[in-house]
Amino acid sequence: MTRVLVIGAGPAGLAAAVAARDRGAEVVLVDASDAEGGQFWRHLPAQRAGRRESRLHHGWSRFTALRERLRADPGCEILLETGVWAIEPGERPVVHVLRGPADGGSRSRRALTADAVVIATGAYDRTLPFPGWQLPGVYSGGAAQALAKGERVAVGRRVVVAGAGPFLLPVAASLSGVGAEVAGVFEASGSRALAAGWLPRPWELTRVPGKAAELAGYAVGQLRRRIPYRVGWGVIEALGAARVEAITVARLDDDWWPRPGTERTLEVDAVCVSHGFTPRLELALAAGCALGADRFVAVDAAQATSVPGVYAAGELTGIGGADAALSEGAIAGHCAAGGHPDDRAVRRAVSARRTASRFAARLERAHAVHSGWTSWLSDDTIVCRCEEVTAGMLREVRAATPDAGLRSLRLTTRAGLGPCQGRMCGRAVEEVLGTSEASMDRRPIALPVRVGELADRETDET
Amino acid sequence: MTPRMLPGDIDPAEPAIPPTVAVQVDGCRVEGLQGQTLAGMLLAAGRDSWRRTRRGHDRGVFCGIGVCFDCLVTVNGVPDVRACQRRAHDGDIVELQGGDE
Repeated sequence: MTRVLVIGAGPAGLAAAVAARDRGAEVVLVDASDAEGGQFWRHLPAQRAGRRESRLHHGWSRFTALRERLRADPGCEILLETGVWAIEPGERPVVHVLRGPADGGSRSRRALTADAVVIATGAYDRTLPFPGWQLPGVYSGGAAQALAKGERVAVGRRVVVAGAGPFLLPVAASLSGVGAEVAGVFEASGSRALAAGWLPRPWELTRVPGKAAELAGYAVGQLRRRIPYRVGWGVIEALGAARVEAITVARLDDDWWPRPGTERTLEVDAVCVSHGFTPRLELALAAGCALGADRFVAVDAAQATSVPGVYAAGELTGIGGADAALSEGAIAGHCAAGGHPDDRAVRRAVSARRTASRFAARLERAHAVHSGWTSWLSDDTIVCRCEEVTAGMLREVRAATPDAGLRSLRLTTRAGLGPCQGRMCGRAVEEVLGTSEASMDRRPIALPVRVGELADRETDET
Repeated sequence: MTPRMLPGDIDPAEPAIPPTVAVQVDGCRVEGLQGQTLAGMLLAAGRDSWRRTRRGHDRGVFCGIGVCFDCLVTVNGVPDVRACQRRAHDGDIVELQGGDE
């Protein structure tokens, strides 16, 4: 029997597992978290399960249906609290996992093999650096969202949401939902970029009812709560001695340069900032998967990557939201189990994917990061949060060694060498240094492993 | 005291109210709910920073989903545990990390 290993139990991974089971494969589904759902369906822990948790989510019944289906299925083994720390490419890829509570000292090591692997590791917020972004009280949009949905915690009393993209709206809605006052949402993309992305071919939007209704719901919620929504504005500084006390917002031009004289100070105790998403590429890169020019994992019509037997789905292959992830996951799971994208079983998923990919193209046109953001940085602005490397240090080393490669620049400045391994700052460092020949995406060890755990014997399974 | 938790009795999601748990954070008792992460528990207790960087600056949660490693704490003697990813267990001894480590 074909054995399919699915990495990540968010929308794409859940859909992949179900589709692979439907095609008759034996499935192993692993996720680092202790609950299925990924970031999109991040929810309260079992001990605090909400009787009306569906009120906090879109597509909640879809999630619970996928989850219950897999939990009840003896042909699907669900391994939660299971982090993949390495992947070895080969005829039968070997996936090395650690099982146990996050970062614990006594997790058990296991090696999993399968005929095919579906990588559905998702994405995380990309927050562009700005002066003061290292202060407590500055959060990524995803943090505010995860803490609201998974903990029912509001990160502040009076909060501003800023950055770029439609994700800012659910972040604001979640914050309101846990009792924070949202003092404003500041979208960096100007009305021209938004019009270019969203206005052409409006009929296409009618074909994404899920997404359009989701966004319309947020917009109505915003109006009802009278949250100011400004386009062409950005947070360019967070102010405060030990934590955020205020922020500076400014009007941005089309390239995201602040317009002089438009700066305004707002008193807030938290600010949530997200300028888009970065795919979690570690495992796909370790497996040898090629990336596209957009630096997402390149896949064909079957969601197959450049590596035989390795498939990818969801935000890893492009930011399209949960609807895209569900359809891509279904196609990936089906094809990983030996199916073909032309099969009847995935006809609906293929059509949904086509619609969703147009939606993703609109997102990119409307909300793409523009290069003027680096003008927000002063010399003492921290770019690499872990190693506290400033923009000034990066620029100085760049100027002193103009011919040095990215690797050499990293070793000199220590940018990207801290605990997060450049996950937070990587692309910002590349842009500040102006390097185009190399990237900071490669991290062969995808998860910190303790030496004692490495010394323990690994259990092999086939 | 700026972050806070929405009380369960007024939460439209109608969460179950689980038993409480207590952990020691640098010797001080902090109470929370079963199922909270250590970060969730500290934030609900009104605390938004708990790690100190090498240069002496305070950090708490930034990404909230286990990617940024800003929220690291020592739990029961094991250092560098992401507080946003680890559920609190009754009796956990949490030590804050900071300075030249």
